[in-house]
Amino acid sequence: MAIQKRALITSQVQIAPGIFSMWLKDAEIVAQAKPGQFLSLYCNNEDRLLPRPISICEINAAEGSLRLVYRVAGKGTEEFSALKKGDTLQVLGPLGNGFPLEKKKAILIGGGIGIPPMLELAKQLDCEKSIVLGYRDVTFMNDNFQPYGEVYLSTEDGSDGVKGNVIDAIRRYGLKADIIYACGPTPMLKGVKAYAEEQGIECYLSLEERMACGIGACLACVCKTKEKDHHTNVQNTRICKEGPVFASSEIEL
Amino acid sequence: MSDTKVIIAGVEWKNPVTTASGTFGSGMEFADFVDLNKLGAVTTKGVSYEPWTGNPVPRIAETGSGMLNAIGLQNPGVEMFIKRDLPFLKQYDTKVIVNVCGKTTEDYIKVVERLGDSEVDMLEINISCPNVKEGGIAFGQNCLAVEDITKEVKKYAKQPVIMKLSPNVTDIREMAKAAEAGGADALSLINTLTGTKVDIYKRKFVLANETGGLSGPAVKPVALRMVNQVARTVKIPVIGMGGIMNSEDAIEFLMAGATAVAVGTANFRNPTATVEVIEGIHEFLNQQGISEVKEIIGCLNR
Repeated sequence: MAIQKRALITSQVQIAPGIFSMWLKDAEIVAQAKPGQFLSLYCNNEDRLLPRPISICEINAAEGSLRLVYRVAGKGTEEFSALKKGDTLQVLGPLGNGFPLEKKKAILIGGGIGIPPMLELAKQLDCEKSIVLGYRDVTFMNDNFQPYGEVYLSTEDGSDGVKGNVIDAIRRYGLKADIIYACGPTPMLKGVKAYAEEQGIECYLSLEERMACGIGACLACVCKTKEKDHHTNVQNTRICKEGPVFASSEIEL
Repeated sequence: MSDTKVIIAGVEWKNPVTTASGTFGSGMEFADFVDLNKLGAVTTKGVSYEPWTGNPVPRIAETGSGMLNAIGLQNPGVEMFIKRDLPFLKQYDTKVIVNVCGKTTEDYIKVVERLGDSEVDMLEINISCPNVKEGGIAFGQNCLAVEDITKEVKKYAKQPVIMKLSPNVTDIREMAKAAEAGGADALSLINTLTGTKVDIYKRKFVLANETGGLSGPAVKPVALRMVNQVARTVKIPVIGMGGIMNSEDAIEFLMAGATAVAVGTANFRNPTATVEVIEGIHEFLNQQGISEVKEIIGCLNR
């Protein structure tokens, strides 16, 4: 069950232009957290009403802390980026379903700010895995993945790794897998879904959409589904509650 | 302990606080955070006869001290509501108000009739949703239509009927009078104010629906003014809502003439907001040495 409380910030650093890494300490939340889940972070400035959903990047169970890596995209995330070690932040979480941990040869794909949630998954997956990270230009966090598998990069501008997107990198290196896990921008997820279907590979995608409540009440963050969803009995499912991770075969992008 | 009981259209609530439709689902998602027994009433998300898919995403945008939504009344339809959601709500000692939506008068009537023999305590008729093209607000912006639909619904309703009014009108008192003339047992207001937001970098509207309904603290002064105007105009009770974030906000509405209040957007920021408002009202009454909440209801108008 999601926990609502103020959590202590134990560190915050900028790791790339506009991208911040924050560690929060809260044993209770950490005890429940799974890779692929997210936290809702609330602005101290109450004029910014809605929580910002940020995916969990790393979990340190021993220390009871977790890491969030986020991009400054507006006033809310800008406010978070100004917080320092010792400050507190109102949070609600962990929310969402998380990635299923299968013991199958895997490709993990992260694109842009969809890279952070793949790190804890890479740590927890006990299998042979290739990790493909796609960037527009500036790379970040790729070193963090090195201990957990073979890492392949793509950049749109060709400044590092394969010039192109994550699928270009997978094809270039001839990567094979029985299962794909991916998180990133929707055009990338569409490409990954098409690739998985073409290759007949089981595939899980972590989606993002504008949310209000984060707990399944407002029905803002829906995604089209192939079958009728149990909750509303229409072909729409809640990303915050039934997701953010879906089998790619269940959803339409 | 002060007495917070209120009676609305013959239905007694243990306290004057409910949830604003669309912000609380059918209570299920919030049962993890609040004891639903503590609420005066739970008002559900809009229920139509058939399931509704709602609008495309993005359905939501944040604005200064507010938010725009264009959910479009996605809901599973009245049968699933009766089968799944109502038994869940009836486990709790709170009144159940079902918000009813439709595209035509017949749609509203079908839902109202279907709920007739259910354990639902009150009906809130949503003639004011700005996010559905037909029905919804189309009924709520014309006095004759408001009176007609109220009359029609009243013919079939077994429960007291609350008409939910739109603020997107020239004079809300006219709509309130029309609903009262049609036989409404109570009124609730305000629904959201139609607004929009532009992404200047993409040169596009932020919401897929282009416009949405504005709610949150940004609308509170408007809501409070309208609740006060309506409370001074009609004899039937008024349920006030619009940007209530805490107990002070709720007390303002009560003093302005609302017999009860609904907490809406605050639920998205703080899942325990409803209970905090109820506790805050108790505290205020105790502090002020007021024995019954009724003493402050409409005190500005006396």
